[in-house]
Amino acid sequence: MSVEHHAFHVTEHLPALAAVVPLVGAVLAALVRNGTIAWLVSLAVGLALPVISILMLWEVQASGPISYALGGWAPPVGIEFRVDLANAYLAILVSVMAGVVLAGSPRSIDDEVNPENRAWYYAAFLLCLCGLMGMIVTGDAFNVFVFMEVSSLATYILIAMGRDRRALVAAYQYLIIGTVGATFYVIGVGLLLAMTGTLNLVDLAQRLPQIEATRPLFTAVAFIIVGLGLKLALFPMHLWLPNAYAYAPSSASAFVASTATKVAVYLLLRFTFSVYGVDFVLPETPAATLFMILASVAMISGSLSAIFQTNVKRMLAYSSVSQIGYIILGIAMISETGLTGGISHMFNHALIKGALFIAVAAVIFATGAVRIDDMAGLGRTMPVTMGAFVIAGLGLIGVPGTAGFISKWYLIQGAAEQGMWWIVAVIVVSSLMAVFYIGRVVEVAWFRAPLSDAPRRAPPELVLAAVALAVAVVIFGFFTEFSAGVASDAARVLLEGYAR
Amino acid sequence: MTSTLLMDIALLLPFAGAIGIWLAGRWPNLREAVTLATAGGLFIVVITLLMRVLDGERPEIHPIQLFPGVSIDFVLEPLGMLFATVASTLWIVNSVYSIGYMRGNNEPRQTPFYICFAVAIGGAIGVSFAGNLLTLFLYYELLTLSTYPLVTHKGTDEAKAKGRVYLILLMGTSMLLMLPAIIWVLTAAGTTEFTPGGVLAGAGLTTGMLAVLYTIFMYGIGKAALMPVHFWLPAAMVAPTPVSALLHAVAVVKAGVFSVLKITVYIFGIDLLAETGASLPVAYIAGATVVLASMVALTRDNLKARLAYSTVSQLSYVVMAAAIATPAAVIGAAMHIAAHAVSKITLFFGAGAIYTAHHLTEVSQLDGIGRKMPITLGTFLIGSLSIIGLPPLIGVWSKWWIGVGGADADQYWVLAVLMISSLLNIAYLMPIAARGFFVAPPDAKPGEPVALKEAPIACLLALLATAALCLLLFFGASELETLLAEIAPVDAAQPPVEGEANVNLQ
Amino acid sequence: MTLFEEIAQHYNYWVTILLMVSGLYIVVAKSNMIKRLLGLSVFQTSVYLLYLSPGKILGGTPPILASEYSVYANPLPHVLILTAIVVGVATLALGLALAVRINEAFGSIEEDEIVPVIDREDHAA
Repeated sequence: MSVEHHAFHVTEHLPALAAVVPLVGAVLAALVRNGTIAWLVSLAVGLALPVISILMLWEVQASGPISYALGGWAPPVGIEFRVDLANAYLAILVSVMAGVVLAGSPRSIDDEVNPENRAWYYAAFLLCLCGLMGMIVTGDAFNVFVFMEVSSLATYILIAMGRDRRALVAAYQYLIIGTVGATFYVIGVGLLLAMTGTLNLVDLAQRLPQIEATRPLFTAVAFIIVGLGLKLALFPMHLWLPNAYAYAPSSASAFVASTATKVAVYLLLRFTFSVYGVDFVLPETPAATLFMILASVAMISGSLSAIFQTNVKRMLAYSSVSQIGYIILGIAMISETGLTGGISHMFNHALIKGALFIAVAAVIFATGAVRIDDMAGLGRTMPVTMGAFVIAGLGLIGVPGTAGFISKWYLIQGAAEQGMWWIVAVIVVSSLMAVFYIGRVVEVAWFRAPLSDAPRRAPPELVLAAVALAVAVVIFGFFTEFSAGVASDAARVLLEGYAR
Repeated sequence: MTSTLLMDIALLLPFAGAIGIWLAGRWPNLREAVTLATAGGLFIVVITLLMRVLDGERPEIHPIQLFPGVSIDFVLEPLGMLFATVASTLWIVNSVYSIGYMRGNNEPRQTPFYICFAVAIGGAIGVSFAGNLLTLFLYYELLTLSTYPLVTHKGTDEAKAKGRVYLILLMGTSMLLMLPAIIWVLTAAGTTEFTPGGVLAGAGLTTGMLAVLYTIFMYGIGKAALMPVHFWLPAAMVAPTPVSALLHAVAVVKAGVFSVLKITVYIFGIDLLAETGASLPVAYIAGATVVLASMVALTRDNLKARLAYSTVSQLSYVVMAAAIATPAAVIGAAMHIAAHAVSKITLFFGAGAIYTAHHLTEVSQLDGIGRKMPITLGTFLIGSLSIIGLPPLIGVWSKWWIGVGGADADQYWVLAVLMISSLLNIAYLMPIAARGFFVAPPDAKPGEPVALKEAPIACLLALLATAALCLLLFFGASELETLLAEIAPVDAAQPPVEGEANVNLQ
Repeated sequence: MTLFEEIAQHYNYWVTILLMVSGLYIVVAKSNMIKRLLGLSVFQTSVYLLYLSPGKILGGTPPILASEYSVYANPLPHVLILTAIVVGVATLALGLALAVRINEAFGSIEEDEIVPVIDREDHAA
């Protein structure tokens, strides 16, 4: 009886646990000051969080959205953590990626981060995770800002820990842009607060339609969109991203690239769809058209830049700029098919980019190579790692049978449904450009003689993490019940909005 | 065994074989045994299925649903069965040949070679069994990707550059054109399933839109090598000869023209196309490709390049026949897939045998080669005659049916194209045999017999087998017609070939 | 109501906007990393004002419950901004720490001097 009571108790607090567990882990990691123990603590968090997230999704699927009053203060006065299908889906994505990256990274981190900083690295990693999970579960606009800054500050630290001195400048530049973005966001929220007197997202959604003066509301949403646009690296606000991903420690790149921008996209979805609602901001402003154009430019220019990069991590970073374009494009279609494509691409792209960055981490560990030219012959000397790289690369291209194909199919179908054939053209052209930049790595890795016969052996857990994600890329190319099925349910929830 | 189980086996066997080859990689004899055993097993399974399809069975399996309403489906029907039979039969022959060629030339990295080969066959089987456009597309891309390492097998800079052309053209056309076209079909007709009679009639597309869609499909299927997206095929000549045979006869281009035919028959429906004439622009382009590619073939001295352009020309026969969209033409198109497969593989095996035995690659070097390699050049001659379309070789039937189809549709220019192209075939194929047999070898001494130097025995066996197939299929043409009658019922009033075939048999 | 009155009545917003724009200008226009951080702080401070000034209610007292007062200023913005100030301080501290490290690594905190060095390294390695 008492056991049952206990279990019930834990389920009730899942949303809070999602943010608190990594926070406690971060404090522990910072206190122990020992890299190995800090890693073990992080790993425990990284294994616990997916369980929490999956339980949350089950709970939501079984009995509808979870509302959790933080500290017992009932919403809308107190801070509410609110989990529905959309953020439960994202919570699984972020926590699983964190788990995989943490499990794979210890020796790579030992290699790339100064010994005295290792525990700090894990502390910052967990703080970043805490911020991301907090942004996902919270239902309070200002609370979003706080968690956003928690994750951002931690990310700046992670980036600055890269072994190259350029990492410092990349972190500094990201700090400036990230702070400007967050401040823009908080300006928008301030305007909303002044107009409605509430910060609770559900409450906001209900009060907004009653406000007669719509101009401040438009101003507010403009600030919020620009702020989030900086965070999610929407073209042309993406300039911080390539350097940040290129010089951060490899496994930090893998985690940040696969999750951080996705959470910002989620917030964009929350505000435009749940809070403002489909019939308010989007039809009355050129926002959707603007998004569509920016996304298209991002897809083409990001891919184009990726083709001409010499540094493999920076190539992947530009590819991210392009892939974020896909996600935004799906959102801008404002249809169930398009949103399903956009949301499932968040998930699929996270798997793909995670696999690619982790494979690159293994390459850097084994050979120290970050230039594509230095990867010569690796197809022969590191076949497993490069195999994972190629499979994930095929996912990026959107070859059928990979996860990337599923989301691209939805996006193309969404565009075709609305008769926007130029969007279809942009999608397929950008996919084709991915053939070029992935193909370039393949050519170098297989058709050139290796630079050294015996590279250092990459740590098996790192290779395993890359392979696991690459396998997931293939599995989610065939079994779409979770990746696209839940995404499509989440799209429906978002299109309904909070107000109804 | 139930037919659905046999389908599962046929679809999975090549991949299981690939794993087996990988595991046996260290022991070349065992590895080759795995290849042959897999090929043989696949052949038996496919033939069993063929028999059941001939008995009227139409088994289908639906393993995975990818999108709401769109699954990965496999449905057996006559056309697919024909292609699967061609691919699985020729895989055995090609494997035997590969063993001789790869060992004879001491090629490196043989294990990855055989693995990719098996995967490519798996892709071809998947294409032939595909029950809807999505499944077809999936395996079509798998075929492209699995043959890329084969094309670049030599690993030289040239191989790399040609491989680039191969990959970009094939993937580019399929992603830029075929995928949007598939989704267009899905949004217009609500389904991508291959349905007898087509799905687009009544989907609300105007004739102009149908014509655009059809053209997009035909260029989206880059493997059909319609000009001007044919460059990948000559570029792929850089690959070892068994790979060329795979590309030209067994799987790749055949998957292309097979997709063309399947989409014509089961997505558009020949009635719709005949009614609207939406496919005529493609028919004209294909007709032009037939003639132009033959002319280019004339100018090529490199034997494999000449054969490659010959393939470009022959593929457009199929596309042209499909686009004419009469029952007889469709039968001709389907038959030409088989006819060209057995004839062209004979020619490539011949070219490879000459290279293996004498390291000759240019037509102008072949003086007297027939005296040194009489079996090779003899079979080469049979293949040439079949391509030209002389009885008693299979090539004649497909040309006949295509001609009849063109006349049915009142498209008499088709007959002209057939005639000109056959003359050009003679002009670029016959000189090879003529030089080989009638011109004395450059190193021959008068009065002394020329020393025989044939290719490895495995190559010869394969050559004899495919040449025999050219001959046997001529007499088996009525079986093919029975198989295909269902998809393209020809009027009982005009049985043009049936009677003659019987006469020849007597 | 004249235009002047309109402007004068909303003077708190004008101050906010002025701070916001000048802070942002410094962030964008300056090359010195410390100055840019200071601009960032000014920019953030303007937000504090944006939140706090509408919370003040004319004639209201600080929100401490007492029987003789019935009109209070809204306490919520103050609480929020307390958090925002903490965030701002942390950001500034981290930014300054990074500037120190950059100075150690590159010998300069002028972006105009550092960016060419980085570009060269990008092309070399």
